[in-house]
Amino acid sequence: MKLVCINCPRGCQLEVENINGEIKVTGNSCPRGAKYAIDEITNPLRTVTTTIAIESVVYDRLPVITSSPVPKGKMMDVVKALKDIKVKAPIKLGDIVVQDILGLGSDILACKSIEK
Amino acid sequence: MDKHQIVIIGGGSAGIAAALGAYESGIKDILIVEIANECGGILQQCIHNGFGLHTFNEELSGPSYAEKYFNLIKDIPEIKITYNSTVIKIENDNVLTIQSTEGLIKVKADAVIMATGCRERPAGAIGIKGNRLEGVYSAGSAQKYCNKQGLLVGKNVFILGSGDIGLIMARRMTLEGAHVLGVAEIMPYSNGLARNIKQCLEDFDIPLYLSHTVESVHGDGRLSSITLIEVDDKLQKIEGSEQEIECDLLLLSVGLIPENNLIEELGVKLDPRTKGAIVDDTYMTSIPGIFACGNALHVHDLVDYVSQEGRRCGKACGEYVLGKQNKNKIINNVLGNGVSYMVPQSFHFGNDVDFMFRVRKVFKECTIHIYGDGFDKKIKKLGIVPSEMQKASITAEELKNLHGDLSWEVIE
Repeated sequence: MKLVCINCPRGCQLEVENINGEIKVTGNSCPRGAKYAIDEITNPLRTVTTTIAIESVVYDRLPVITSSPVPKGKMMDVVKALKDIKVKAPIKLGDIVVQDILGLGSDILACKSIEK
Repeated sequence: MDKHQIVIIGGGSAGIAAALGAYESGIKDILIVEIANECGGILQQCIHNGFGLHTFNEELSGPSYAEKYFNLIKDIPEIKITYNSTVIKIENDNVLTIQSTEGLIKVKADAVIMATGCRERPAGAIGIKGNRLEGVYSAGSAQKYCNKQGLLVGKNVFILGSGDIGLIMARRMTLEGAHVLGVAEIMPYSNGLARNIKQCLEDFDIPLYLSHTVESVHGDGRLSSITLIEVDDKLQKIEGSEQEIECDLLLLSVGLIPENNLIEELGVKLDPRTKGAIVDDTYMTSIPGIFACGNALHVHDLVDYVSQEGRRCGKACGEYVLGKQNKNKIINNVLGNGVSYMVPQSFHFGNDVDFMFRVRKVFKECTIHIYGDGFDKKIKKLGIVPSEMQKASITAEELKNLHGDLSWEVIE
């Protein structure tokens, strides 16, 4: 399988083979590329950023982010799970607005402070 | 008439950094004129992460970067900010007319910094055929509606332009429940970051139509379909290659243009390649006392570079106001093979300079060759592309024997 490494602008063309359960990576110029390829094959993770509703005098939406990346296949579920959540000002940047979203081990954090 | 030492037009990433730089140079009277009700500019609607790796050692979302940087100036009383305000005119001798919630105010400044950002190229500028229909938006406006108001401006989306804004919106709309039917790119390659192609298109199986463009839009009041057409290697439309794609939203991500209306009226000299002002290493334009930085000067792709540039501009502007500027001879940059543009276009002998530039095409391995009479420097680079701005820092000490112009070329 072919993959382009996204860790640095070099964009090495990686070749990944699964030989009897062992994953072999070639084409990488550094160890980060090998790790990226293995992660992408076995368990690709993604950071999710979105907005949630907020009760505030000034703002309608609060931008949020996952505290750690979640499985790629769960991104849409995470956003869906946040659709009915509404928080209240005041909020501080970094506040946990939802703990352990969908049991995935990642919290949802506020990306912005909103005073009122 | 109110008077200020420095008036900064725009409180986005460039303007905030310029205020900090000006303050650090010893200026005690700075006014930022900001059109929104908060600083941060475009960062406030860029809720995706990836900002601030160089500045804060983290990959923050836009609003987080804006807040962290703003915190560096918010408690400085010498920096005042007027919100919900816009400069509508600059007259000779830096007299500005500001429209604010207090009405029209005239203000005199010793120096002005244009940190006005950029605007999106609109549909009319690229000649898409068809009536004016509801459902044709710039990618940035759709982003603002979505991220600031939680509104989806369409359900079945086609995107023209595979630069980062188009790619980011492909992902954003999909996450919000829209169906993104495809992204068309007129060039045979995308100039968006590889990580964005991966995470915004491939992750969601959104097709990328390279060497394609949108020829026309169709609908009755509301957009109902677009005609997608292939182009050849000279970017000419290939007859017979049309295909109609049903959609209710066309997002345009077809280029950003520095916003310089206010100083174009004063006859400022613009660089046709950057579409921003021509500046020296103090970021002063051809109009004495008027400076420029950030996207208003040249469109950036890394906010860390915007902040660095804004801070340099603010500092240099402050030195100008205090009469401390370098009055040595000016050296011009001469651009050779492979270099698309250079900012600043010229610089003062005796200053350390951070040169920001872009290359004309993708170079896998190359050398940036910088040379002149009395100077020769080669910088090895691995994998540089036009869409990623490059930086070359050269000290006054290195350049002390230079006579005449400084030439730049990329050697493969």
